Amino acid sequence: MSWFQKLKNGLGKTSAKVTGQLSSLLGRSKIDAASLEEVEDALIAADLGTQSAMRLAASMRKYKFDGPVTSESLAAALSDGITEILEPVAVPIVLRDDARPHVILLVGVNGSGKTTTAGKLAQQWRSEGKSVMLAAGDTFRAAAIEQLQIWGERTGTEVIAGSQGGDAAALAYTAIEKAAAAGTDVLIIDTAGRLQNRAELMDELAKIVRVIRKLDDTAPHDSIIVLDGTVGQNAISQVKAFREVADVTGLIVTKLDGSAKGGIVIALAEEFGIPVHAVGVGEGADDLQAFTARDFANALTGTSD
Amino acid sequence: MFDSLKDKLQDVFSGLAKRGALSEADVDAALREVRLALLDADVALPVVKSFIAKVRDGAVGSDVLKSVRPDQQVIKLVNDALTEVLGGDAAPLNISTNPPSVILMAGLQGSGKTTTAGKLALRLRSRERKKVMLASLDVTRPAAREQLRLLGEQAEVGVLPEVERETPGQIAKRALQAAKLQAYDVLILDTAGRISIDEALMAELRDIKKLTEPHEILLVADALTGQDAVNTAEAFHNAIGVTGIVLTRLDGDARGGAALSMRHITGCPIKLVGVGEKQDALEDFDPARMAGRILDMGDVVALVEKAAETIEADEAERIAKRMAKGQFDMNDFLAQIRQLQKMGGLGGLMGMLPGIGKMQKQIAAAGIDDSMIKRQEAIILSMTKKERVSVGLLNASRRKRIAAGSGTSVQEVNKVVKQYQDMSRMMKKLGGKSGAAAMKAMMGGGMPGMGGAGGGMPDMEALSKGMGKMPNMPGMPGGLMGGLPKGLPGLGGKPSGKKK
Repeated sequence: MSWFQKLKNGLGKTSAKVTGQLSSLLGRSKIDAASLEEVEDALIAADLGTQSAMRLAASMRKYKFDGPVTSESLAAALSDGITEILEPVAVPIVLRDDARPHVILLVGVNGSGKTTTAGKLAQQWRSEGKSVMLAAGDTFRAAAIEQLQIWGERTGTEVIAGSQGGDAAALAYTAIEKAAAAGTDVLIIDTAGRLQNRAELMDELAKIVRVIRKLDDTAPHDSIIVLDGTVGQNAISQVKAFREVADVTGLIVTKLDGSAKGGIVIALAEEFGIPVHAVGVGEGADDLQAFTARDFANALTGTSD
Repeated sequence: MFDSLKDKLQDVFSGLAKRGALSEADVDAALREVRLALLDADVALPVVKSFIAKVRDGAVGSDVLKSVRPDQQVIKLVNDALTEVLGGDAAPLNISTNPPSVILMAGLQGSGKTTTAGKLALRLRSRERKKVMLASLDVTRPAAREQLRLLGEQAEVGVLPEVERETPGQIAKRALQAAKLQAYDVLILDTAGRISIDEALMAELRDIKKLTEPHEILLVADALTGQDAVNTAEAFHNAIGVTGIVLTRLDGDARGGAALSMRHITGCPIKLVGVGEKQDALEDFDPARMAGRILDMGDVVALVEKAAETIEADEAERIAKRMAKGQFDMNDFLAQIRQLQKMGGLGGLMGMLPGIGKMQKQIAAAGIDDSMIKRQEAIILSMTKKERVSVGLLNASRRKRIAAGSGTSVQEVNKVVKQYQDMSRMMKKLGGKSGAAAMKAMMGGGMPGMGGAGGGMPDMEALSKGMGKMPNMPGMPGGLMGGLPKGLPGLGGKPSGKKK
């Protein structure tokens, strides 16, 4: 099953609604003020947030429909609008040739799916024939190390781990040394989940970044925030805070195989222009897929391709 | 976001004079802004719609308190409705008298089920002295069972040992048996996270429910959740019949609209909230606090509450008028004392007034404290009607009678009379002088930060105007100060609230 299919399966139930509830404006040749609010509502229900929803809905007024508006043509129009916003941020992770290892730091709030994403990323590069190492930097959560070790076994990847309660920054340092010594292509460093308003935990993350830079001042080459696809407007505060502390360069959205639409990605693209690298659409090792604007927009609006 | 809501509401109502009742137009204008505010707090759209409709019905035509503005009043109504919806049918955890009680934890991946299971185990063991066993039915996520085992050890509760290759159903059966045999009071079953649209996994949950007949089925949900909260709540509730909600990550800075969405959709109470990484960071749900968090306008709400509870605006105006005319008698003095009591005494009142340190000293010097207020009330109540109107009647023998009647001493009676006379004299002076100057005279100078627009006492207009030039005093409704015994009339305050 393609990820688009999976995404659509997930969004299917609810994305039908995005255009389904707009019946009152169907059959007209353009969108008027009253129906504009309906479009807004539909977008808000997809987690775009009020600001982005209003902007996108308003842009629909200028849209030239061929003939009367149908649910298909409206969905397609919205999909066009969303694609336009997301196209510039749909950027894959590009491994640098000059960095060995290419260091990837995964950050985010608790339960967003960092450890699982670390495993999936390892799988992806392993299958491309790269050498990969994982670093179990979540030294706080019970059994987080074991969880990453199981991913290591599944993907045939070496896992650098310390003990629970250990110093995550020191572990990252060791991991980079080992990966460099072994000539490893990619090192993926998992970190403990932390809420962005917890200053002491964010300080700890800042320290991890500082220590990493002692060994390689260009690292981390990618600092990726992992966002739960069900998250609401708080994602904006998350990205802002993690960007300040860990110089976040991109994001991965997880759990998009559920009923959540992940429309917050659109708000984030508008607010920060931050690259979206990939989406997680399942629990399997291969369920991490490159993010493409049109597929996402189509899935979100229920547009058939 | 929310400061801007406040501003918008003030704009909406800025053209309005005080009115008797909220008109449809008033309410609609305010609710449009409230609607956006709730959406920005991640309350799900269908829930926002039905909530707004409900508030609207209750709000149109309701009386506007004289001491607050219509926008403040609408916010209060919204807040009340929020608190009511969030807190209705509150219920503690259902721990059966016939052990073992089974608690089933369900939710999406990463919502915090395992962590919450550990916290709950600790809470039941340490606070309620229950013998608790944890069992993980999560055979999907790598090391999930290991995680629960470690948390169980930290909480010093029993943990069902792992057996390889069991299905969740088999583990559930074994756990129930073990809990019975080993006389556990509570068995907490942690389950694998699942997406709400996975039929196979939902069927598995149903089977587990059938096998174990749980006393509580807790839906563990992330406070950071967006619009999808309704789908999640609906899916789990339809599949297994949730009995309560646990909201996690409330120590984050999310406004937590998901709480309202889930509460609304399931009709189930929110029983517990997760507020930190430590194992004891699990608290009872506080609907009023949650409402305040979602709406984020606690200062306005507190202000209207105080005003609504305690200030009968007409009464305050009547007294103010009488004060100004020098007709202030013991009955008025008594009314003021009673209003002060209703406001939580001096301490409560002072808590609402920032920058009032100097005044506190003055009041202390005047011998007014909370116990004093009660005695003063008793003294005045022991006076005859005539005495209350004409204080001059109070000769030595009358004062002796009053002291005996109120269980106080003649000295205390004298003091009340003296206070009344001081106040009465002050009132007369105030009637003549300009507000600010009179105020200064009364307080011995230097009352920082009082004043503002919109005082609620027409006859004190001069005073209000004079004070309008002073910086705003936050957190005081107009007319509130009509209730102070020491006579601080007309301290109109534009309730600007604290800045975030």
